[in-house]
Amino acid sequence: MEFALITLLNGLSYGFLLFMLSSGLTLIYSMMGVPNFAHASFYMLGAYVAYALSTVFGFWPALVGAPLLVGALGAAIEHAGLRVVHRYGHVPELLFTFGLSYVVAELVQLVWGRSPVPYRIPPGLEGTLFTLYSTAFPVYRGFMLAVAAVMFVAIWLLLRHTRIGLVIQAALTHPRMAEALGHDVPRVFMLVFGGGCALAALAGVIGGNAFVTEPGMARAVGSIIFVVVVVGGLGSLTGAFAVSLLIGLLQTVAVALDGSLGSLLAGWSVPLPSAGPLAALARVTLAQVAPMLPYLLLVVMLVVRPRGLMGTREG
Amino acid sequence: MRVLSASRNGRLLPWLWFAGALVAAPWVFSGGAALSLLSQMGTMILLCLSCNLLLGEGGMLSFGHAVYSGLGAFGAAHLMNRIGEGALDFPVTLVPLAAGLVGAACGVVFGYPTTRRAGTTFAMITLGLVELVSAAVLMFPEIFGGEGGIATDRVAGAPVLGISYGPQLQVYYLIAGWLLVGAVALRALTGTPLGRMLNAVRDNPQRAAFVGYDPQRVRYLALILSAFFAGVAGGLSTINFEIVSAENVGAARSGEILLFTFIGGAAHFYGPILGGVVGVLFSSWLSGYTQAWHFYLGGFFILMVMAAPNGLAGLTDRLWRVWRARALNGALAVLLAAFALAGGLALAGVILATEMLYQLSLGSLAGIGDAVAPLRLWGLAFPLQTVWPWLIAGALTGVGVAAILRLRRAWRPLWSAAWRQVEAAEAAASHGRAT
Repeated sequence: MEFALITLLNGLSYGFLLFMLSSGLTLIYSMMGVPNFAHASFYMLGAYVAYALSTVFGFWPALVGAPLLVGALGAAIEHAGLRVVHRYGHVPELLFTFGLSYVVAELVQLVWGRSPVPYRIPPGLEGTLFTLYSTAFPVYRGFMLAVAAVMFVAIWLLLRHTRIGLVIQAALTHPRMAEALGHDVPRVFMLVFGGGCALAALAGVIGGNAFVTEPGMARAVGSIIFVVVVVGGLGSLTGAFAVSLLIGLLQTVAVALDGSLGSLLAGWSVPLPSAGPLAALARVTLAQVAPMLPYLLLVVMLVVRPRGLMGTREG
Repeated sequence: MRVLSASRNGRLLPWLWFAGALVAAPWVFSGGAALSLLSQMGTMILLCLSCNLLLGEGGMLSFGHAVYSGLGAFGAAHLMNRIGEGALDFPVTLVPLAAGLVGAACGVVFGYPTTRRAGTTFAMITLGLVELVSAAVLMFPEIFGGEGGIATDRVAGAPVLGISYGPQLQVYYLIAGWLLVGAVALRALTGTPLGRMLNAVRDNPQRAAFVGYDPQRVRYLALILSAFFAGVAGGLSTINFEIVSAENVGAARSGEILLFTFIGGAAHFYGPILGGVVGVLFSSWLSGYTQAWHFYLGGFFILMVMAAPNGLAGLTDRLWRVWRARALNGALAVLLAAFALAGGLALAGVILATEMLYQLSLGSLAGIGDAVAPLRLWGLAFPLQTVWPWLIAGALTGVGVAAILRLRRAWRPLWSAAWRQVEAAEAAASHGRAT
């Protein structure tokens, strides 16, 4: 019971972090029609910029400042780069963001070096929030959950109940019509791209000190958030939310569970081979399979239902 | 009849040049390092050509091409180890063929689900596939050797006609031979009905389906063939390096292949050849000089995507057509030279700044702190503690970029005038041939 609750809470906080990352990506995805490969790079930039700001101004100014800075950078990149490439079609757009992820990863190493930087949780948020049976649940995990929840509600309110949100939605699904009605669609796209990058950076500010801030952090989450966005469905915030939680839980539960495929089958009294390639398969542990599960989900979903769980159109 | 033979000569001539270049290359660029570079270029070119069968001919953006070459390479390593043990009698010369068959078999298995979709969805599926396969490779250390990979020995079995593949030169000619065969086969493939249908499926899948060809099936067949040639290239790399590891199937390797193919130019058949050469120059030659080669490669790639979406081959093709139509007048030549100068200035500034930053961040890593050694570049020493090297870098970049932006305005009218001349000359030439 204790194990189940703690795993559930850990899974939830990882899932919420994934959602913070993928919410921006899913907006950008539905806007460009292609996912942004460099999205996780903005997450990493957010963590590094927050580290740099927090050494000078402290954590709280960094929490606000880093997303704003990274968001402005994202908007500038959209204006100077993506808008130019947009004319050539989808494939160059995808490749542009692909190249961007290369350059950002190198830039980060250029400025901050190759080893992890000491970006720590602020002293005010250290300690335990509550103790379940004998396991402590850190305050910072609770803080992450709260920020993600506030963000989800804020985006939802912005998109559904404000005039700007209506214009954004119109520009995403019917760009020509929105343009004909007098809205500056390229500017809306720039804002959406910048906003998406700012959301990724916010996830970086919070995730960077909960985990490790190092040059490999973009690659570690990059493909997972892809899975979230694609499986969740093109431009569907709710889909991204559901899949983030699903993958967060899937991965923490599978990692925490002990045992191998063989022991699972043995539980159903299936005879096991003792040698050969099948025996190697039976020895594979669930913890080893865990990192593969999201990709399996991605491939199966794309083959069976390419518009994703809650998507309305195909990318 | 004369026209026919002329066009046949026109088709044959580039191949003779290509074969001649392959034979002569080790004698022009002599030395062990150059030979190793040339061998890597050969495998990379074949890999890029096979990737371009999907990207250029079929419009299929694959982020998982290394899956096929990597699994082919693993197959080759196992086969060579069996040959080495004496369990099998198989000439090493044909090991790439076996590796190609392994690659094609993987194409049969993985291609079926992936090619059911096209466009962005296909790209996403290949992305998931490459992560799946590279995770699976690490899960079975008995077969794939885990993190360390599988080592092998290319001097296996009895030498055939005195060829043992001990000396690197013999390996180079093996790679060059397979590259020539593969390139000719891939080129011939573009002229077959399958190749034509692949283009049709790329441009308009609905119409291709109405004509009676199933687009899914055309994509599937193309993927199997592409996987075959990728497998051959994987087998060649196993013979060259004598080691295969999980890296060979990973997403990073796949990305490299895609980058190089695109830089070379996907719209032209010879684009991937240029891409393979330039790519290996970046990843194997430049990486010997600077730590920042990934940065330069990424920056170069972004520049190509933005400014020249048809890659290096597109650029050379245009310049060649301008030259042939005698449209390269004085003003255009001066402008091109000015562009090169401005680009060189900006590049010098960026390189200086990048190298200084790297020196600083690596120096601080080593714990030297303030006493970072001055950067030595182009025979000069730049002390990093003073301001002037940074000012120079900023000035060079600023002047170069400003000049490029200024020159671009003069470029448009001159270039479009030259291009009209090219089109007129080409139309006249084809008209003359028709009559």
